[in-house]
Amino acid sequence: MTLPIYASPEQFMRDRSDYARKGIARGRTVVVTIYAGGVLFVAENPSPTLHKVSEIYDRIGFAATGRYNEYENLRTAGIRLADVRGFSYDRRDVTGRWLANAYAQTLGSIFSEHSKPLEVELCVAEVGWPGSAADGSADQLYRISYDGSIADEPHFAVMGGVTEPVVAALDASYTDGWDLPTALRACVAALGAAPSGNGSGTAGGSGTAAGQGRELGANQVEVAVLDRNVMGRTFRRIETPQLTALLGGTADAPPATLDDTAVESAPETRREPNVRQRDDDPAPEGPPVTGTADRANDSTATDGDPPAPTS
Amino acid sequence: MTAGMADSTAAPRNWPTQAIPAAYLTPGTGSFADFLRRAEPQLLPGNGVAVGHLAGANPSLHAAPAVDFPHGTTVVALTTADGVVMAGDRRATQGNVIAQRDIEKVFVADSHSVVGIAGAAGLAVELVRMFRLELEHYEKIEGVRLSLDGKANRLASMIRGNLGAALQGMAVVPIFAGVDLNVPEPAKSGRIYSYDVTGGRYEEHDYYGIGSGSIFAKSALKKRFRPGLAPDEAVRTAIEALYDAADDDTATGGPDLTRKIFPVIVSVNAVGATRWSDDAVGQIAEQVIAGRMENPGG
Repeated sequence: MTLPIYASPEQFMRDRSDYARKGIARGRTVVVTIYAGGVLFVAENPSPTLHKVSEIYDRIGFAATGRYNEYENLRTAGIRLADVRGFSYDRRDVTGRWLANAYAQTLGSIFSEHSKPLEVELCVAEVGWPGSAADGSADQLYRISYDGSIADEPHFAVMGGVTEPVVAALDASYTDGWDLPTALRACVAALGAAPSGNGSGTAGGSGTAAGQGRELGANQVEVAVLDRNVMGRTFRRIETPQLTALLGGTADAPPATLDDTAVESAPETRREPNVRQRDDDPAPEGPPVTGTADRANDSTATDGDPPAPTS
Repeated sequence: MTAGMADSTAAPRNWPTQAIPAAYLTPGTGSFADFLRRAEPQLLPGNGVAVGHLAGANPSLHAAPAVDFPHGTTVVALTTADGVVMAGDRRATQGNVIAQRDIEKVFVADSHSVVGIAGAAGLAVELVRMFRLELEHYEKIEGVRLSLDGKANRLASMIRGNLGAALQGMAVVPIFAGVDLNVPEPAKSGRIYSYDVTGGRYEEHDYYGIGSGSIFAKSALKKRFRPGLAPDEAVRTAIEALYDAADDDTATGGPDLTRKIFPVIVSVNAVGATRWSDDAVGQIAEQVIAGRMENPGG
């Protein structure tokens, strides 16, 4: 009979932490921040289809970094959890805090019970209701680590890759209630402060990398927002053409608030009627149409236009 | 995650009650109904409750269809120059009593489709709720929307799931319409689907109606429908049809000027689905009624 090699519990947990941390540090960085109009997700992600940022529910978004197969499964589970809860109770009863707690319990349990911890770091973001404070006091960013530890970030969350230079850059640039173009440019610049590739798996090179500053183009980042000012589904992806315009110079800077030109698919919950947008319509005097939002009479209240197709 | 991961979470020791249940972490389809059936069957609409429970409590349900639950009535849909328009009256009846005078039977299903219901109101509203969630869930999981035919087929299979209740007199028959974004010409992009209680799915052309007043509404549409109607002309045509239905069918409600209750109108084009405001519908409804003051037959 052979005895297993002894490892102290401290050593055992430390090894697992190191393993997970190294895996996460190999990933590319994701930034989630609060801006005047809601919550902004910016991820360095050259793939237009393998998303790091996703919609979970009406006012809840999800960002992740680390192993794709692992966080993709957690994302799916989160959507299922949220939809089941919204179906059995009401859409208002699905909250970010509850979902973040479920993720934290799951990651913590897998970390301590399973042979391999998950190499992922998640952010669950919830945007406040329309009319809530623009300084983000009604918004929540929960950052959840591979071991189930959870942090409630007041301004921004940085995950994956080499985070120190990104955090330093955002610490310097963050201001309460910044508008979308400002926040977006600051986030992309901060992501560029991280060393390219992030392959080292350690923070060793970050000190020098902070000064290098890569320029990330619109096709190297994945950007989405939770728009605080709409009812119903608030998640919108900002696709490359709009992103290029937002990242462009200040000369023709887009409006500070996210309007229909800045988003791929105009949501029907916007106030302007959208039945007359075709030029060849006979356009009689203003058909007073409302959006489809009509919570009072609608048990399901899926009153937002879904976001644009993601590819 | 991999199947291995799923297996390893299948029967975990000390799995916290607040953590995500193992069934939620197993790979599956983008269908919410399929997921519920596998993971949370007790939440499925009509999951043995609507049929077995009700029938057990009230065996007479087997003998004759009960008349003591609300029924929704007439919904019409017609194609327009740039999509489709659907309109539904606002009455729900329970035997000879008006159960509700402002019920809504036409719902925006997702960004480019609309669904209307007739039949047992309670089951039908639940079916629509489920259907809308099905579309949204698929879109969130898969990252793309279902095709219009895909949506229509999902609805068919959900109706089939209600067959047991339908045989006991609690039938739900929806009408589904939307814009097929793969069709380049706007005038041909609007499509209408009708269903039977067994889940049969039939594509209709130009116009269709369901519910107790649909015989009269369809006759009106047969005379009034023209291909390529502008959206507001189509709305007028739909309201005329509902007026004719209400004229001859007691279960269909006409425009109620005293209470400002007007039909629910949803129009769909390539830009999206839009629910018309009561003010907009009210203006057209008043024109229709003014016309009937001079010629009651329309």
